[in-house]
Amino acid sequence: MIKIPPVLRASVGGAKEVDASGANVGEVLRSLASQHPATESQLFSEDGELNRYVNVYLNDEDVRVLQGLETGVSDSDTIVILPAMAGGSR
Amino acid sequence: MASGAELIRKVKEQIEEVDPKDVHALSQNGNGAVIVDVREQHEFEEAHVPGAVHVPRGHLESRIEGAVSDRSKRVILYCASGNRSALAAHTLQELLGYEDVASMRGGITLWKDRGYDVEVPRALTPEQRERYSRHLLVPEVGLEGQLKLLDAKVLLLGAGGLGSPAALYLAAAGVGTLGIVDNDVVDLSNLQRQVAHSNDRIGVPKVDSAEISIHEINPDVNVVKYPVRLGADNIMEIIDGYDVIVDGLDNFPTRYLLNDASVRTQTPVVSASILGFEGQLSVFHPYEGPCYRCLYPTPPPAELAPSCGAAGVLGVLPGVMGLLQSVEVIKLITGAGDTMAGRLLLYDALGTTFTELKVRRDPDCPICSREPEAISDEEMGVFPDYEAFCAGAG
Repeated sequence: MIKIPPVLRASVGGAKEVDASGANVGEVLRSLASQHPATESQLFSEDGELNRYVNVYLNDEDVRVLQGLETGVSDSDTIVILPAMAGGSR
Repeated sequence: MASGAELIRKVKEQIEEVDPKDVHALSQNGNGAVIVDVREQHEFEEAHVPGAVHVPRGHLESRIEGAVSDRSKRVILYCASGNRSALAAHTLQELLGYEDVASMRGGITLWKDRGYDVEVPRALTPEQRERYSRHLLVPEVGLEGQLKLLDAKVLLLGAGGLGSPAALYLAAAGVGTLGIVDNDVVDLSNLQRQVAHSNDRIGVPKVDSAEISIHEINPDVNVVKYPVRLGADNIMEIIDGYDVIVDGLDNFPTRYLLNDASVRTQTPVVSASILGFEGQLSVFHPYEGPCYRCLYPTPPPAELAPSCGAAGVLGVLPGVMGLLQSVEVIKLITGAGDTMAGRLLLYDALGTTFTELKVRRDPDCPICSREPEAISDEEMGVFPDYEAFCAGAG
């Protein structure tokens, strides 16, 4: 299961969570991008890497400190996509 | 029936009395004896023997175990002249089973006559004791914590949605100095969430409006107003001397600028952001935990970074997040509990879910992997594609 942040929800038809499958984080996110093509350019850069401004967590751990997109996943895992937010005071 | 004076004389025959010079020697070599002041609160606050614990005689039986749990320990009691402490020593020895009790002859009066030092503790005024009584009752704050709050200087970046509840509750909690940076004026559309302002202050600068609300709830707070926009030219000067910074900023360039400046001054930043029905919260405590750049190395492009002004926000949400920030501020000041340093909290108001993520220090962080002195004015607030970002953000 992937948790979708507010700024990406328009790209997935408004859902907060999307089911996607794959053996590792990269495959799951690719599956999301093929289901919802509008997310592709928001998640991945042209060279196929994750955009630097998108943080991806497997459960509560940043995949950057695991094996990145190669990090293995199981059905019970949750992937959290987290772009920075700056909304504040005005 | 014996007179009071006779009773005291008899009690003194049954207990050990020690001279102030022996107590002084003990307090110098610190051999594990506990010195207990049994006088009233106001007497203790005026002056006491250095290192003494305070257990007023009226509460002796109920509180002595909190101060001295080991009954075999050497306990030396004193009062003003040696009578109340003799009676208290008798109680400890005969009724409570303390094995090694003594009373200091002549009390603190003789102690002072001998020229020994006394400690004059800082105390709250009677009005402050009343105002903060609920803090004084929780051990995690207590008198010590309240004095820390009164000495603390907290800087609020923005007196808007997040800054309003933080300003009101931190003022109520007794934070001594609140700095407020905001160059905006109160607008009708702010009042759906910015509770430090009011209908009759529309058009008034937010720093002035917030100051009025702060002083209505706690006139003792020193409010320092900065009706300016935070920028590279003024940030180092403004944040200088503050203990904690509360970040409620509404844009990325200033968040990066704040991060870099606060790493240089090693000032912890309690950061929150809000959008729609969701909020994020973390504490960036330079060199003790990750900084903002460790979490977000670069900002998203402008189309993925809408502001509340453009995208809307549930009015209560900044209240929740601003108060979560306030709790972190109080923990940083008092040292109580565990802060959110190294953790990121996501709050979804619609689903009422809290998600916690780990945030690690980036060993290659362009800012906090270096010594604070090595960070220059020129690189503060700069990030990859900065020019394009700012052009896109318009």
